[in-house]
Amino acid sequence: MAAPSTTAFNARPSGRASAFWKRLRSGDEIAYLITLTCALTILAITALLVIELYRNSAVPREKFGWSFLTATSWDPVAGEFGALPFIYGTVVTSAVALIIAIPLGVGAAIFLAELAPAGISNALTFLIELLAAVPSVIFGLLGIFVLVPALLAIEPAIRAVLGWTPLFSGPFYGVSMFSASVVLAVMIIPFIISISREVILAVPVEQREGALALGATKWETTWNVVLPFARKGIMGSIFLALARSLGETMAVTMVIGNDPAIHSSLFAPGYSIAAVIANEFAEATGDLYQGALIELGLVLFGLTIVINGLARLLVLSTTKKGAA
Amino acid sequence: MTRRLAVLTVLLTMVASVACAQKVLINAAGATFPYPMYSKWFEEFRKKFPSTTINYASIGSGGGIAQVTAGTVDFGASDGPMTDMQMKEFQDKRGSAILHFPTVLGAVVPTYNIPGVAASLNFTGEALAGIYLGKITKWNDPELTKANPGVKLPANNIVVVHRSDGSGTTYVWADYLSKVSKEWETRVGKSTSVKWPVGLGGKGNEGVSGSVQQTANSIGYVELIYAIQNKMSYGKVKDAAGEFVQASLASVTAAAAGASMPDDFRVSITNAPGKGVYPISSFTWLLIPSKIQDPVKKKAIKDFLNWMLTDGQKMTPALDYAPLPQAVVTKELKAIDKIQ
Repeated sequence: MAAPSTTAFNARPSGRASAFWKRLRSGDEIAYLITLTCALTILAITALLVIELYRNSAVPREKFGWSFLTATSWDPVAGEFGALPFIYGTVVTSAVALIIAIPLGVGAAIFLAELAPAGISNALTFLIELLAAVPSVIFGLLGIFVLVPALLAIEPAIRAVLGWTPLFSGPFYGVSMFSASVVLAVMIIPFIISISREVILAVPVEQREGALALGATKWETTWNVVLPFARKGIMGSIFLALARSLGETMAVTMVIGNDPAIHSSLFAPGYSIAAVIANEFAEATGDLYQGALIELGLVLFGLTIVINGLARLLVLSTTKKGAA
Repeated sequence: MTRRLAVLTVLLTMVASVACAQKVLINAAGATFPYPMYSKWFEEFRKKFPSTTINYASIGSGGGIAQVTAGTVDFGASDGPMTDMQMKEFQDKRGSAILHFPTVLGAVVPTYNIPGVAASLNFTGEALAGIYLGKITKWNDPELTKANPGVKLPANNIVVVHRSDGSGTTYVWADYLSKVSKEWETRVGKSTSVKWPVGLGGKGNEGVSGSVQQTANSIGYVELIYAIQNKMSYGKVKDAAGEFVQASLASVTAAAAGASMPDDFRVSITNAPGKGVYPISSFTWLLIPSKIQDPVKKKAIKDFLNWMLTDGQKMTPALDYAPLPQAVVTKELKAIDKIQ
């Protein structure tokens, strides 16, 4: 964004080798090599992860092939393993969590960055960042012992308003995909707020002054100038939140009901990929059963890549529209 | 001066090497259910035999079987006996047999939450299987009212709760249901995780008991120790002799005494015959290779088994584990000689 200052260090070419040594001595080359190593390490870790997941899931991959992704039965006794209920639960809970968290998170970020007095803003931001550091098992326990009873209490109200949709039908036992989504939303909101606030604060003052000078009100400036400018960063915060919710294990398994079935109602129990791996891996015996759980890890990896890719495409398309 | 130093060095080295030879570290891994008992035993054993340290990682029965088969630990521990296939795999990989040694007993109890019902309920095996198969859906089902004369059971739907994590508790529960219900045996079967026909999954004993406490008209199952230590109320279960028996350390030990013990100790004692026997009981086992190369380790493991079966058994009630019946102890003491 800021124009790079062009300070060229073009020393007189006195042979290639000496130029290399010069750069080495000035530190550029060293910094380049070190940072390159860091980047390659990350790449290598990711690659090794995929290779290991792939290798260790050989038995179920050979047995089930692609039908692993579409089969709905999960029966360790009979040796039948299908991933679809877990994929469904993972995607649905993360999507609903984002639907709850995005307006709340972005709204709070706008308030903290644009409207709140600096003192209050800083204090609140500090608290929110603390929230991001709470271990997920704590959120899970709060989910079981506080959120679930609270949801049971307000269930009639939710049903009265939204009960006509199939999303909120059927019996509600407290633990459900809906409870998991709410817990996830609470967990990812700090990420959205914290990063979005930074991004909004980073919008150059000139942008705001320009809009105000043209006669825009404070809110018009925020809505029409600041937010479009910060859109990419806000989207980034949402991606991070999405990644966290897709992979969240402990808090989800404690409130989702752990039932590997596909129900249309959010009030029904479900299951997520990360949750079933955490639940069953320790006691899984046999290459097929363990392999199926490892293959679920591979599926989660693929799912994250696909969803992130789609989201990035969405951002690209909307940015173009905005620029036109 | 130099000579004296040299002699001293030689002496010191000798002392050190003797001390090194005696010190032995044994690694073990496996079941989580007996972990509090095992860690107490290993600590007490070390006081008695200071040269032996036993490290135990409570990673779960499946992990215990896998690690002892892979040879990464000296012995394993499991809440369920190894299957014939697993034992063959061990034989193929390690070139020797694996031995099962029962250590303590556990039990699984039904727990429930029905508003307005304070009485301790009686459950028949048919009732529990019916509820968990999704065939008995209301608390006032005849199968339940018949077993509980004088208790007014409501016409509400039963909410079924089960463990979501793979667990020996689920294994014992499913093993019992398989014995009392043909349909359970063929439709669901027994394993540390099964395909549940109905119900919600809670993670761990605390997840199940939490769900049961918060959901009206629900039923779940937890380990007896968990129920005792958290002062939960739980139901009686009908035993093979037709009596309703409350789970207790005594009635669980009675189940082990009632069962006929095969030579390899791999026996299920759910629905065991006899009077005053709690039917949803089980052993938990140590898995010990029959050939141990290192003579020091072999001696240490044998010492531990001898101690565990005699002095160790006296410590079990303090931690709410049911001790082994004397007949089983005698038989196991003889079996220690199989370790070579």
